[in-house]
Amino acid sequence: APPHSSQPPVSTAYSAAPPPSYTQAPPPVSSAPTQPPPSGPAASQQYYGSPPPPSQQPFNSSLPPTSQQQFTSSSVPPPPSQQTLPPSSYSGPQSFPPSQPPFSSAPPPTSQPAFAPGPPPTAPGSFPPRAPPPSSQPGSYPPPTSAPSCQYPGPLPPQQQPPPSQPFPYHSGPPPPRAQMPPTSMAQSNHLPPGPQGPPGPPGPLQQPPSQPGMQTGYPPQQNGAFGQVRGPQPGYAGPYPGQPNYGAPAPAPAPAPPAQKRLDPDAIPSPIQVIEDDKAKSTEPFTTGVRGQAPPLVTTNFQVKDQGNASPRFVRCTAYNMPCTADMAKQSQVPLAAVVKPLATLPPDETPPYLVDHGEGGPIRCNRCKAYMCPYMQFIEGGRRFQCGFCSCVTEVPPHYFQHLDHTGKRVDCYDRPELSLGSYEFLATVDYCKNNKLPQPPAFIFLIDVSYNAVKSGMVSIVCQELKTLMDYLPRENPEMDSIVRVGFVTYNKVLHFYNVKSSLAQPQMLVVSDVSDMFVPLLDGFLVNVNESRLVIESLLDQIPEMFADTRETETVFGPVIQAGLEALKAADCAGKLFVFHTSLPIAEAPGKLKNREDKKLIGTDKEKSLFQPQVGFYNTLAKECVAQGCCVDLFLFPNQYVDVATLGVVPVSTGGSVYKYTYFQAQSDQERFLNDLRRDVQKPVGFDAVMRVRTSTGIRATDFFGSFFMSNTTDVELAGLDCDKAITVEFKHDDKLSEETGALMQCAVLYTSCSGQRRLRIHNMAVNCCSQLADLYRNCETDTIINFFSKYAFRGVLNNPTKAVRDTLVNQCAQILACYRKNCASPSSAGQLILPECMKLLPVYLNCVLKSDVLLPGADVSLDDRAYLRQLISCMDVTETHVFFYPRLLPLMKLESGSLPVAVRDSEERLSKGGVYLLETGLHLFLWVGASVQQELLLNIFGTPSFGQIDSSMTSLPVLDNPFSQRLREIIDSFRAQRSRYMKLMVVKQEDRAELIFRHFLVEDKSVSGGASYVDFLCHMHKEIRQLLS
Amino acid sequence: MATFPEYIAQNEERDGVRFSWNVWPSSRLEATRMVVPVAALFSPLRERTDLPPIQYEPVLCSRATCRAVLNPLCQVDYRAKLWACNFCYQRNQFPPSYAGISEVNQPAELLPQFSTIEYVVQRGPQMPLVFLYVVDTCMEDEDLQALKESLQMSLSLLPPTALVGLITFGRMVQVHELGCEGISKSYVFRGTKDLNAKQLQEMLGLTKPAAAQGRGPQTAPQPLSNRFLQPVQKIDMNLTDLLGELQRDPWPVTQGKRPLRSLGVAMSIAVGLLECTFPNTGARIMTFIGGPATQGPGMVVGDELKTPIRSWHDIEKDNAKFMKKATKHYESLATRASTNGHIIDIYACALDQTGLLEMKCCSNHTGGYMVMADSFNTSLFKQTFQRVFTKDVQGSFKMAFAATLEVKTSREIKVSGAIGPCVSLSAKGPCVSENEIGTGGTCQWKICGLDPATTLALYFEVVNQHNAPIPQGGRGAIQFVTQYQHSSGQRRIRVTTTARNWADAQTQIQSIAASFDQEAAAILMARLAVYRAESEEGPDVLRWLDRQLIRLCQKFGDYHKDDPNSFRFSETFSLYPQFMFHLRRSPFLQVFNNSPDESSYYRHQFNRQDLTQALIMIQPVLYAYSFNGPPEPVLLDSSSILPDRILLMDTFFQILIYHGEVRNQAELHLFTKQFHLKENASDLIYCLRCF
Repeated sequence: APPHSSQPPVSTAYSAAPPPSYTQAPPPVSSAPTQPPPSGPAASQQYYGSPPPPSQQPFNSSLPPTSQQQFTSSSVPPPPSQQTLPPSSYSGPQSFPPSQPPFSSAPPPTSQPAFAPGPPPTAPGSFPPRAPPPSSQPGSYPPPTSAPSCQYPGPLPPQQQPPPSQPFPYHSGPPPPRAQMPPTSMAQSNHLPPGPQGPPGPPGPLQQPPSQPGMQTGYPPQQNGAFGQVRGPQPGYAGPYPGQPNYGAPAPAPAPAPPAQKRLDPDAIPSPIQVIEDDKAKSTEPFTTGVRGQAPPLVTTNFQVKDQGNASPRFVRCTAYNMPCTADMAKQSQVPLAAVVKPLATLPPDETPPYLVDHGEGGPIRCNRCKAYMCPYMQFIEGGRRFQCGFCSCVTEVPPHYFQHLDHTGKRVDCYDRPELSLGSYEFLATVDYCKNNKLPQPPAFIFLIDVSYNAVKSGMVSIVCQELKTLMDYLPRENPEMDSIVRVGFVTYNKVLHFYNVKSSLAQPQMLVVSDVSDMFVPLLDGFLVNVNESRLVIESLLDQIPEMFADTRETETVFGPVIQAGLEALKAADCAGKLFVFHTSLPIAEAPGKLKNREDKKLIGTDKEKSLFQPQVGFYNTLAKECVAQGCCVDLFLFPNQYVDVATLGVVPVSTGGSVYKYTYFQAQSDQERFLNDLRRDVQKPVGFDAVMRVRTSTGIRATDFFGSFFMSNTTDVELAGLDCDKAITVEFKHDDKLSEETGALMQCAVLYTSCSGQRRLRIHNMAVNCCSQLADLYRNCETDTIINFFSKYAFRGVLNNPTKAVRDTLVNQCAQILACYRKNCASPSSAGQLILPECMKLLPVYLNCVLKSDVLLPGADVSLDDRAYLRQLISCMDVTETHVFFYPRLLPLMKLESGSLPVAVRDSEERLSKGGVYLLETGLHLFLWVGASVQQELLLNIFGTPSFGQIDSSMTSLPVLDNPFSQRLREIIDSFRAQRSRYMKLMVVKQEDRAELIFRHFLVEDKSVSGGASYVDFLCHMHKEIRQLLS
Repeated sequence: MATFPEYIAQNEERDGVRFSWNVWPSSRLEATRMVVPVAALFSPLRERTDLPPIQYEPVLCSRATCRAVLNPLCQVDYRAKLWACNFCYQRNQFPPSYAGISEVNQPAELLPQFSTIEYVVQRGPQMPLVFLYVVDTCMEDEDLQALKESLQMSLSLLPPTALVGLITFGRMVQVHELGCEGISKSYVFRGTKDLNAKQLQEMLGLTKPAAAQGRGPQTAPQPLSNRFLQPVQKIDMNLTDLLGELQRDPWPVTQGKRPLRSLGVAMSIAVGLLECTFPNTGARIMTFIGGPATQGPGMVVGDELKTPIRSWHDIEKDNAKFMKKATKHYESLATRASTNGHIIDIYACALDQTGLLEMKCCSNHTGGYMVMADSFNTSLFKQTFQRVFTKDVQGSFKMAFAATLEVKTSREIKVSGAIGPCVSLSAKGPCVSENEIGTGGTCQWKICGLDPATTLALYFEVVNQHNAPIPQGGRGAIQFVTQYQHSSGQRRIRVTTTARNWADAQTQIQSIAASFDQEAAAILMARLAVYRAESEEGPDVLRWLDRQLIRLCQKFGDYHKDDPNSFRFSETFSLYPQFMFHLRRSPFLQVFNNSPDESSYYRHQFNRQDLTQALIMIQPVLYAYSFNGPPEPVLLDSSSILPDRILLMDTFFQILIYHGEVRNQAELHLFTKQFHLKENASDLIYCLRCF
């Protein structure tokens, strides 16, 4: 494959085809040939694919760049970079037997990550991960050689592998040594997930049950057993599959294998961990944004960004960096074209925040026609007197004060002095024309509205909040750390009436103003409600001291909610400013007032067509209110402390529509939840935030932003209005073609956010993004980002449940994914047996992640998941960025047996099989943090972590680890702290002892396993996808 | 027997009653021919320092429809221990406690000098006095400061056990919770939305269960006060501070606008608050307003300064668009307040009108004060306000609360109605005439607030038929029973029984004419005229008044037909035409040059003051001060103006001083001293203007 040389197109083929597969074993070798392993740089790697080099070629030529995973059931030649999964898993069992031997034997050296269906015990369908690096990266992969053959090795880095669940037999032998080669394996790395994990297992582990046991994990038996069983009694998919037992290898599989044997080896299917680790390994250089169409490193990778004209991936991530030129192509591929924009994202300290540009009184220079803001895509012509818009091609005069000469290349000579001409992200200072009512904005205000009903007081929430606010007053957001914040504050408490407080600095003591006419809310005072903290500090402190006392004996249990928000809104209106409401609320608002709710929790609706109503607000009141809030720039953050159903679906309407957040602390208890709540509150109060924002996404001719997902309000089809926009909020934007795009110019998008900064300055933040366009589907598939696609899909689906039956939503998702993959298979993968599952390299994790989305509590609730939880999660996801959705859907699971300072242990896959009884694991989802302790964990480990030698003595109710003076404990706590620091919400630590009751909760997050609520295991789902794809293809 | 003037004076002195006629025509027909009806000006609480409180309860006639009180006019059979009711002739047993009664051992109520007697009811709880301040905050700082000081001062004048409450308003209405430690609380209401008592009760957390919940264990001990109305002694300091901290309404008022003033709602809340906390207990709502209500129910003008507040002209043109609605609002408030025995005072201090026209019923129906001044920073307001709290020799407030006045008449006469600061209690009875005059159709009236000067005009109708002559020596008797809450918290009953001789008008017209009390008659007719003027067209009233005067002259004057010069009037009638002359041009009947508010104010005063003051109002008094002797009254005529005189005109509402050619400060000083003497002796309202 000629291309290889130039690009390390690494495709991994997982061919499950029985016969071939077997052959594969050997194939490794053979495969090698196909792609001269050594010679061909990281050419495709084939698993199984013994084969037909020729066949590959086609691929190679076309696909090479893209990495793919092929799963071929038959002995299809491994297309270049692809992973082929032998569909065999299903069909194949029979065939496997034979094959297996080969594997085992094959073992050693051949790097082929072929996932042959293991012997009976081992999973039949093995998916050799073969992920060549994205085409774009090719260059970077030095280790071409390793490619083909080394596949395993590469990935295998033995060190990383902790628990070696068995990966591929292949590895077994050789791997260890190769382990070191890691770098080389780059290409494969992605695919080779198994490798890493599979580790130790030296020689044909898979095949030999015994060997498995050997596996450190200690689960080996399970695996086998599990698989065996799985086959038969497949939960979700089992049913259907049986019918079509053999997808891939019907023909070839002559041998009727015992059903038990039909299994895919979990290690043989694409491993998220492998992909993540590979990406980390290859991303050593800073990522420069100058190259159009280049996919950034994964969100799980630490990397530095250099802005060279496109927005940093921290601000904008796209599903595809190579958009199809035509609508037909887009439709054919079904790959969603979307960008996840996080306009105010916080950058790491070593990256420069966007520069602030002031274009003077005239305001920012813009295109006359489409109003796009000055950016690097504007082409200066006529010696610099005019510029042509990159979006609409209109030519606009350059205002005299902005004129500059051009150099010989046609660039302005001041190009590099001006952020707006050289960078992807920057800010403009807005003029009065950009302000509401043509008036410069007033400083924003924060209003704290605290529920003081019986439950709130009793749970300790009131006193905790009041106590904390005293300190927090000094940490209001500001842009210049030297200065005092100009944000003003106001306080309200309420139960079924509202109490406003006058905390004017001239008062000796605060004044309470009770408004009991909640049916028609108004603000009872003007002066003294919103105050400067420094001026009124004494009065405020006096107030915050008194609030808990005043209501200590309250017996009032009823609360209102609508009027509370109205009150805040009216206060901001009266003060003519934007701001944020912090509402601390406990219960379903049943007191007589607008927005009164009734308890409608009815689990019987789940699974019916009426299920959607549970996600919809029960009254229209809050939608109207939200609209008013947005108009005023009143953002609402809601902290809920429910002891029972509070109807989050309804209460969350305003926060979600105003760019706010909802925090929920069910069964709040001061002692155990205080820390989490306070950390959330602190962060929420302090984080950088903009107010009264409007976001507009402009695109170059040919595509158009058609849909938006997130926490915001839209009164027309183009303007995303956000009463508040903080650094954690992301908006997913979907694009559709409205014309043809050209490969030459690519597709441009400019996301402009007009907002009022926390210092009261009106600004425009601009993020520019240019992506390539392609006329070949292969190019599209080569530059996709699965994490972003999943972000899009999840938001799309979670919004879908509002209007459609949940099942329909799930089916739609599965369908679309199947179409994406089928389109690839049909158009980009080499001709191969239909039984072969071939996944694009960039999307080889699509099935596993999609499965996680499908299994989420929103789409597939377990019996113990409350309606509130579902509504809460649904709303929460809607504004997550890619990093958050990634860890949310595929939690990070770290083995803690060995900790080194400076680096984290390599994560393991989210499956019970990967847990060792003797180990301790940390699992984080962005919302939860678990410390799982195996039943037979070593005493030393226990001593190090808990300070107790006995498993039985571990107190599973602890929420923080004891501070012990040993390096292990220190490092562990460091890790936990660093995790918490990475997430926008504080994660409470739960210690889960193996076999404890709480383990059920923990297991829920082992997303590769079957879930209690009926969610499929990864393996089963993959099979299901394969089936779907085959149906589409046939 | 003394002369009629002496008799009248004595009666007034002792009983607080002045009849238009002191000998009554004995038949209905004759009575109507007298032109001036048989009527009385009655001051229920006329000051009687010599009146000993009787510590037992009155003995009542046992006839259910009568229930008259035992009085000196009753015939008593000491041996049988029986007494005969002089109204219904029912014979009643004395109660057991009167067992020792005999001709030499008579209870006070049988003694002739106790034709007016006051009983102190012993049963029932001592009711606290309640003072609820309703304070406008939309005013200039200087005004507000003066008002705050007056209010703070007033706290020191209240008895320690009196309950006080504070409501402030501007754009919003705030009900202040008193006695809060550490933080001052108030309940705030929108100024545009009226609330009924029940809603208010809920919103203030005053419903029984909620209150119990809200206040927890401390509920039980003090049922008589609540968070909003607390004893002065307890929250004196707190309230003083609260008043001190009162700020001008903070809501911005843009150029060309009036401040938004929620007076209607504030008053409604005040009424509602008392309604649900102290029904049927004496309470004073003291409203201090610095301008017209400009929003919500009861608004009398919009907030646009360019639209002026309604004038008489607008009203005639039916161009006062808020008037009807506002009046209705305040009338309903007045009804609610009076039903519960609560007084509404209005202290309106502003240069422009404040809507007294619409609000007048609040004061008029509840016996409240209405004070109109230019600013709270005037001595007019300050002294007037202070005078509200004047005390009698026993140290009790002169004001009394929640009174009901019942009138009992002997068979020949019935009561037609009353004109004054009262409302009907709609009590039908045998002594109620079908012929209504003023507030009629009842023999009982409620007077929520009264003081010694409060005077009602009561009109009677002689019902005796011409063919049923009254036996010789028969007398017509009228008993006034006034039950009221004394400022000490006691319930008291004052009973005045008075009787007049009958005379056959055909044979004894002279004696009837001689018994004419022209001053009382003038005021009685004037009240009637004002009452008609308020409800009818002005010119018609004047014509009616003229006709009445002509008829009276016809009836009692001596003249030869077609010879004007021959007209003679006897002395008892001689001043009457003059009173009518002044009445015709008084602001009570003429609205020209007066704003609707002023007219309302004048009429309000006229309708509640006693005879002397009312006469001054109709016909101002002009005194001449000179260095040659004591001040002397002189004619209301330009001829009275002499260079060496200082003239002082007292119109009740104003004191006008003509300096003449006072030469130096010493003279002025002397004069001022004299003037102050006068002022102190005089009544409530004076405005000093020098020119």
